[in-house]
Amino acid sequence: MKRLTVPVLLAGLFGVMLWVSMAGILNSYWQSVLMFMGVNIILATSLNIINGNMGEFSCGHAGFMAVGAYVSSLISVALFTKSATFGEPLLSPDLAVWLFPLVLLAGSLAASVVGLLVAIPSFKTRGDYLAIITIAASYIVKSTIENIGAIGGARGFMGMSGVMNAMNATADLPWILIWVFLGTVFSVCVIRRFIYSTFGKGVDAICQDEIAAEIMSVNTDRVKLVAFMVSCGLAGLAGGLFAHILGYVNPGTFTILKSTEIMVMVYLGGMGSISGSVLAAILMTLLIEYLRDAFGFINTFLHYISIIPDSYEVTQVWKWVLIPLLLVLLMQFRPEGIMGRRELADVFPGLRKFYKFKG
Amino acid sequence: MLQSFLQNILNALQWGSFYSLIALGYCLVYGVLLLINFAHGDIFMVGAYLAFFVSMVLLGKYGAIAGLPGWMVLSLAVPLTMILTAVVGVTLERIAYRPLRRKGVNRLYVVITALMCGLILENGNLALLGASRKSFPTLIPIQVFDFHGIIVTNLKLMVIGVAILSFLLLHFIVTRTKMGMAMRAISYDRFAVPLMGIPADTVIVFTFVLGSGFAGLAGLFFAMTYPVIDPYMGALIGWKAFIAAVVGGIGSIAGAFAGGFLLGFVEIMVVAFFPSTYRDLIAFSILLLILSIRPTGLFGVARRTKI
Repeated sequence: MKRLTVPVLLAGLFGVMLWVSMAGILNSYWQSVLMFMGVNIILATSLNIINGNMGEFSCGHAGFMAVGAYVSSLISVALFTKSATFGEPLLSPDLAVWLFPLVLLAGSLAASVVGLLVAIPSFKTRGDYLAIITIAASYIVKSTIENIGAIGGARGFMGMSGVMNAMNATADLPWILIWVFLGTVFSVCVIRRFIYSTFGKGVDAICQDEIAAEIMSVNTDRVKLVAFMVSCGLAGLAGGLFAHILGYVNPGTFTILKSTEIMVMVYLGGMGSISGSVLAAILMTLLIEYLRDAFGFINTFLHYISIIPDSYEVTQVWKWVLIPLLLVLLMQFRPEGIMGRRELADVFPGLRKFYKFKG
Repeated sequence: MLQSFLQNILNALQWGSFYSLIALGYCLVYGVLLLINFAHGDIFMVGAYLAFFVSMVLLGKYGAIAGLPGWMVLSLAVPLTMILTAVVGVTLERIAYRPLRRKGVNRLYVVITALMCGLILENGNLALLGASRKSFPTLIPIQVFDFHGIIVTNLKLMVIGVAILSFLLLHFIVTRTKMGMAMRAISYDRFAVPLMGIPADTVIVFTFVLGSGFAGLAGLFFAMTYPVIDPYMGALIGWKAFIAAVVGGIGSIAGAFAGGFLLGFVEIMVVAFFPSTYRDLIAFSILLLILSIRPTGLFGVARRTKI
């Protein structure tokens, strides 16, 4: 019985989430915060494979997210709804509920393939050069999307809300919340199995010493390729979910700032710690949402005690000063983050009894 | 045909000059610290803004002093901008990089810190000064010379001249002075240098002074050439200049200089034949290709890793 604790807990959580959103206890704002938490958990844990476990420095994660977001949105809009871009739906909208996971999968596969842009150069380059390559890749993705006029270019692309409505017509459930929850559980599960597998130990070996790992018969190129593709693919999954939550995608969302947000989660949680990333993603989402209101308060307060001139307003731009600053301070004072390289089970060994998969 | 080709070459020389000036700074810092200073592009942006404020004050726009004539403003703005930007660069080194270097942490942390400092500079500027773009005042009247249909302005010639002079000056400093020798020594072996009685920190600060100073100079001339400055102008140009440094082979000053002109040439030619939105795409694709084929760049020397 004890060993089934985790699935039971997850099912319980799922049930509670469904109940609170169906019964209207949670308003739609908090529902969306919950969903962004899920998306951020996927992003943070997937980036953690590369930045934490492999010890590389990828700062173009938002680019792969963009690929997933665009590919899955385009497919779902083309298949299930009437849109200006594609005309009549290709399939009946009733199928949306059943085929939606496949659409997300297609998005993440596309993101994995784009991940090759980074994976192949990573065979030869390491360290800061690889950081540049990831940034270049994300710029390439962004500029490519902006240059394709057919999907809206820099204006963005919309119509995903129609897909959600089609699902609601089939059965009146908060579908997108369900998909985000399932996607998050799936991602964390896949990453955990990958990192703890024998093959995945190669990722840690590369982090310690690449040449030694190569000598000890770790096929470093293959490990890097798989790690990058898994990471980018899951980022694509997160992107697909993100696009369907908002119902609108815009290449301007997926800049280096978005990548920075994800990086802060990884380093705040602790490099190479999955539970740390999950924790940090939850904390960061709450922090970002809190900051949204806080700047308004700060603005009013500072004007009230008249420290700043009347013409100057404290705006949301400060968020993008604070988040990088947070990361700088982390690097100065606690580079290992909240958890370091430890998981929850290392901190509280009693938890081990409740796992089926010991890792 | 020949006319437009020559015109393009001239434009490429001007465009490449900016890349070269910024790439030189990348190159110096990388050579000494083996650290890619990701904030360099934003230091260039700060340089442009400092140049703007310095020029406005000297022109008497803020009423601090009576206005000076344009050529005098320019000749004062060049050293002032360079000094102020160098102060910004050294401050960054002091508060962000040096503590990390002292602790001897993983180099990754320094890279992350550098990238974040760049973002802080960009967005801090945006938050403090607002999103409105500032238009740079005209310091010297632009004179247009027409050589058989090829348009040359005095500003263009000045920019190209400044880039070449800067390169020669840097080359002289690095190869012929004691300080330059110390810089090369640090890049050769960072741990033996302090044992020989060379003040490593002083040399590193001097490197940042040089690099940031030239970024400031580039900022001033960039703002004079394209007189609209905004907080995000440094990001993309910084990346491109970095690409230039990589193409040339990072760690060699001549390489960075040549790489800057090469990239400027490629970009101008791309704009001449393709839609201009493809420019960044092609620049970044070139970077990916070069790093996949020759990770050390065209002039670079491969470092062997020992176990």
